[in-house]
Amino acid sequence: MFDTAFSSNDLMFLLKGAWLTIQLTVVAVAIGTVLGVVFGWARESLPGWVNVPIGAVLDVLRSVPLLIQLVLVNSGKSILGLSWSPFVVGAVVLGLYTAAYCTEIVRGGILAVPATTRRAARSLGMTYWQDLTSIVAPIALRVSLPGWIGLTLGVMKDTALVMWIGIAELLRSSQIVITRIQEPLLVLAIAGLIYFVISFPVSRLGAFLERRWADDSLKADQ
Amino acid sequence: MIEIENVHKSYGSLEVIKGVTMQVEKGEVVSIIGGSGSGKSTLLQCINGLEPIQKGHIRVDGIDVHAKGTDLNKLRRKIGIVFQQWNAFPHLTVLENVTLAPRKVLGLSAREANEIAEKHLVHVGLGDKLKVMPSRLSGGQQQRMAIARALAMSPDYMLFDEVTSALDPQLVGEVLDTMRMLSAEGMTMIVVTHEIRFAREVSNRVAFFHKGLIHEIGSPEEVIGAPKKPETIDFLKSVL
Repeated sequence: MFDTAFSSNDLMFLLKGAWLTIQLTVVAVAIGTVLGVVFGWARESLPGWVNVPIGAVLDVLRSVPLLIQLVLVNSGKSILGLSWSPFVVGAVVLGLYTAAYCTEIVRGGILAVPATTRRAARSLGMTYWQDLTSIVAPIALRVSLPGWIGLTLGVMKDTALVMWIGIAELLRSSQIVITRIQEPLLVLAIAGLIYFVISFPVSRLGAFLERRWADDSLKADQ
Repeated sequence: MIEIENVHKSYGSLEVIKGVTMQVEKGEVVSIIGGSGSGKSTLLQCINGLEPIQKGHIRVDGIDVHAKGTDLNKLRRKIGIVFQQWNAFPHLTVLENVTLAPRKVLGLSAREANEIAEKHLVHVGLGDKLKVMPSRLSGGQQQRMAIARALAMSPDYMLFDEVTSALDPQLVGEVLDTMRMLSAEGMTMIVVTHEIRFAREVSNRVAFFHKGLIHEIGSPEEVIGAPKKPETIDFLKSVL
């Protein structure tokens, strides 16, 4: 018979960690997406003197390993006199990291809208903002979605790194359980399953939207 | 009336329009013919302010298009333009493509906009395609949709920028027919085209552009039937 020391208490402990993982992911992706949309638009629309510094900062965020950013900000916060909790540090660092990648995804989406299409919109008397919201945004959204889904799933797994600043998210929680019951395979399998269950709705959402937009282009068949 | 007065236009150091003057009266159809790079398409984009000019004036109903303080968004409501690339909004149905600007720009209700859009789409022969996405249309149908989209703003002027150049030969006719219909209805039109026969048939006047200048302008009989300048004669020989 299969015999294990893994108890329902352990499962609850893992689920608590998973809840932190979800919270961190949601906050980081929210921060990252809002900033990413703003920066992505800015990089395509604003003059160089605004753009060069934004680009430089985003490059740093993308090039320095997330772990180093977490540790540096976590240590640096006391020097700056900030009394952020580890969760806030994790959310802010992950959020900015997400923003750096999201900026490029949004930029790619905006660049995918042909200049001639935008010109056609303006020729109808639409303002810059009407063109941006009615033409550019919906087209760019469709182009950016797969990349954004990938980014969200990536960030969800990257949240594991916040364990280094003392947050017991899902992976850290499973390590704690492993240390206690010495059954790494089982515990990691359960943790992996939980990660999958969290990811699944996100990837399904992506697939659902892509299918719906594809159906749109088949309305002729109705 | 559209008054074009000594217009110069450059892209960087390349001057593509070198002092063009012409007028288009209400109800007139003026065709602009000429080789690639002669500046004819650029001129159209200057007329509704999509492109800035470096010198001269363009006035539409007395309003200086390139003057500071001219509300271009407002001015463009009365100048429809159709491009070589038909530029459908790919995420919207045919009907939505046409209703978008009347709703956003003119502030019409969905019902009013739908009524107007349907009328124009039926007019250009797309009455059975209202709910279809543009990607399901042929090039000729997309181009007719683009015409309906411009017409839905009830423009006083229509500019056509080589609208048949990107179409398969068998689709050219349906678009030209739509334009013939508009001219018969009295629409004021400036038509940049390579369709010389069409220009001859529908135009009140034809202008021949060459290297950024008008070399000849006059009735189709004069410019196409009996061209005087060697450049015009050479050009017509090459396209007819």
